[in-house]
Amino acid sequence: MKKKKEMSLETLYRIFIYVALLTLAVSIVVPVGWVFLASIKENSEFYGNPWTMPKGFYFQNFVDAFQKAKMGEYFLNSVLVTALALILLLVVALPAAYVLARYRFRGSRLINTMFMGGLFINVNYIVVPIFLMFVDADKFLKKAGMGSFFLNNLFVVALVYASTALPFTIYLLSGFFATIPRDYEEAAYVDGSGYFRTMVRVMMPMALPSIITVILFNFLSFWNEYIISMTLLTKDAKTLPVGLMQLMQAQKAAANYGQLYAGLVIVMLPTLILYIMVQKKLTQGMSLGGLKG
Amino acid sequence: MTERSEGSRLWSVFLTVKSAVGRTWNGKDAAGWIHQPETGGTELKRGRARSVFIGVCVAPAVILFIIFMLIPTFNVFKMSLYKWGGYSNNKEFVGLNNFKILMEDMNFFRSFQNTVLLITFVTIVTMALALIFAALLSREKIRGQNFFRIVFYIPNILSVVVISAIFSAIYDPNNGLLNSVIGIFRGSDKTPILWLGDQKLVIYSLVIAMIWQAIGYYMVMYMASMAAVPESLYESASLEGAGRIRQFFSITLPLIWVNVRTTLTFFVISSINLSFLFVKSLTSGGPDGSTEVFLSYMYKQAYTNSSYGYGMAIGVVVFLFSFGLSAVVNFVTKREILEY
Repeated sequence: MKKKKEMSLETLYRIFIYVALLTLAVSIVVPVGWVFLASIKENSEFYGNPWTMPKGFYFQNFVDAFQKAKMGEYFLNSVLVTALALILLLVVALPAAYVLARYRFRGSRLINTMFMGGLFINVNYIVVPIFLMFVDADKFLKKAGMGSFFLNNLFVVALVYASTALPFTIYLLSGFFATIPRDYEEAAYVDGSGYFRTMVRVMMPMALPSIITVILFNFLSFWNEYIISMTLLTKDAKTLPVGLMQLMQAQKAAANYGQLYAGLVIVMLPTLILYIMVQKKLTQGMSLGGLKG
Repeated sequence: MTERSEGSRLWSVFLTVKSAVGRTWNGKDAAGWIHQPETGGTELKRGRARSVFIGVCVAPAVILFIIFMLIPTFNVFKMSLYKWGGYSNNKEFVGLNNFKILMEDMNFFRSFQNTVLLITFVTIVTMALALIFAALLSREKIRGQNFFRIVFYIPNILSVVVISAIFSAIYDPNNGLLNSVIGIFRGSDKTPILWLGDQKLVIYSLVIAMIWQAIGYYMVMYMASMAAVPESLYESASLEGAGRIRQFFSITLPLIWVNVRTTLTFFVISSINLSFLFVKSLTSGGPDGSTEVFLSYMYKQAYTNSSYGYGMAIGVVVFLFSFGLSAVVNFVTKREILEY
C-alpha cells in the first residue's frame, strides 16, 4: 500500500519536472520560431490573430529588407567589422597572452594587474569618452587639412571592439598557456628554434581549443554589439543590430512587419547556425576523445 | 557550449575565469597566473633577443589597452568635474557641482529606483530558476536532456536588439502573442493589456525579458559545477532517507556555493549593464521615463542633452554604486557560507 502511494507521488513529481522544463522550452522555441514564420508572411497577414500560419512563402520580405532597409549593406558591414575585430584581437592578444603567461620581466606584474583590472571596466561607461576622443582627433585632422578619419570608420570600430575585448581574451588565453608543460618550449629551444618561432609553431597550435573558444565568445559579442557601433557610426554605414533598431523604430510608424521580421532573421541566423554547428562539433570531438581512450 | 561533464572546454575555461576573477575580487592576488621566472644560462646569453621578443609581443596590447580603456576610464572621472556642453570647447571646472545637482535631480532618483527594482527582481528570479532547472537537468534522468540544455541557452546567443524585437511582438497590445493567449482565458473583447504602455506594468515586462535572456546562461554554468559534486554524497544521503529537496539544500547548494556567490557578484554589475541595453532598444526609457535606468539616463544626458560633464558625473556614481553593491553582495554571501 505504502509503496503504491510513493509510486504515484514519484509519477506526479516526474510530471511536474517535465511540465516545468517544457514550459521554459516552449517560451523560448515558440517566440523564436514565430519570428521565422512571421518573416515569410505578407503584411496583410499581420492583422488579426498572430497565430495563423503563413499563407505562402513570401520571400519579398527578405528582398525588401536587403534592399530597401539596406540590411544587405549592414550585413556586409557587420561581417567586415566582426572579422576585422577578431583578426586584430587574435594578432594582438595571442602573443601578449603567451608572453604574460610564460615570461617574467620588469613590469610584467603591473601589466598583468592592469589587464585584470580591465575585466571590470564596463564598455558602456567609457563609450562617451571614446566618442569625444574621436571627435577631438577628427577636429585636429581637419585643422591639419585632412578629412575626418576616426568617426564613421568601420576599421576604427573594429579596433575599439578588439581593444575592449583584450582583458577578457588575454586572461582566458594566458590561463591556458600557463597549463602547457615547459618541456615543449625547452625541446624547441634545444632544436635551435627561436622565441618567435617557438611561439608560433609550437605553442599556438597547442592553444587551438582555447583560441576557438575565444573566437566563439568574441564573435557573439562583436556580432551582437550595438552601443559602440551606434555611437561611433553616426552616418550611413551601420552594423546589423543598429540597422535592426532603425527598422524597429520605422516599423512603429509605417507598419512594415514583414520587413522587420525578415531583418530579425538576418541578424539571428548566423549566430544560430554557428551555435548549432558548435554543438555538433562538440559531440564529434567527444567521440574522438573516447576512441583515443 | 555544453557542460563540463560532456567534455567541453568552453564552460570549464569560462568558469575558471569567473571564479578566478572572483578570487581577486576577494582581495587575494591572482597567483598562478604569472609563471615562475625563467632560469638558466642560455637565457642570459639571449637576453637582448628575449627583451625584443617580449616588447614586440606585449607592446601592442598594452598600447591599445591604454588608449581605448585606461584613458577613457580616467576621462569619465575627470569630465565629471567639468561643466561641458559637448561640441563647443567651453569646458569649465566646477568641482563637485555636477554631483550636487545630481542629488536634487528627481529623474536621476527615478532611474535609481528603477535600476534597484530591476536588479532585485531579475537577480532573485533568475538565480532561483537557473538553480532549480540546473538541479533538475543534472540530478534527474530526463529524456531529451541535451535538447533542453541546447534550447535554454539560445536566448544568450541572440543580440539584445533581437530579443527586444521579439518581445515587442510578444507584448504588442493588439496583435501580440501574449495578449492573444491571455485573450483565450479572459475573453478577447476586453481592453488589451498595454505591456509596454502602462507605466506601472512596463518595468515588470522588462524584468520578464531580462530573465528570459539570462536563465539559460546561468543554468548551464551551474550544471557544470553540479556535475563536479561527487555522486556518492547523494547515494549516502538517500540511504539516510533525505529527500530531493533536502539533498538540494544540504548537498548541492552548499557545494556549489562558491560558484553561486561569484555569479551573484557579477550578476549585479551585468544587470546594470544589460538593463541599459534592454531599455535602449525595447522602451527607450518610456513611457514618460518610467523605465529609465542608470546608464540610459547617463546616455541621454550625454547625447540628447549634450551635457557631457553631467552625464559623466552620473557615470561615476553608477560606477561606485555597482562596485559598492557587488562588495555588499559578496560580503553578505560570505557570512552565509560560514554557516555550513
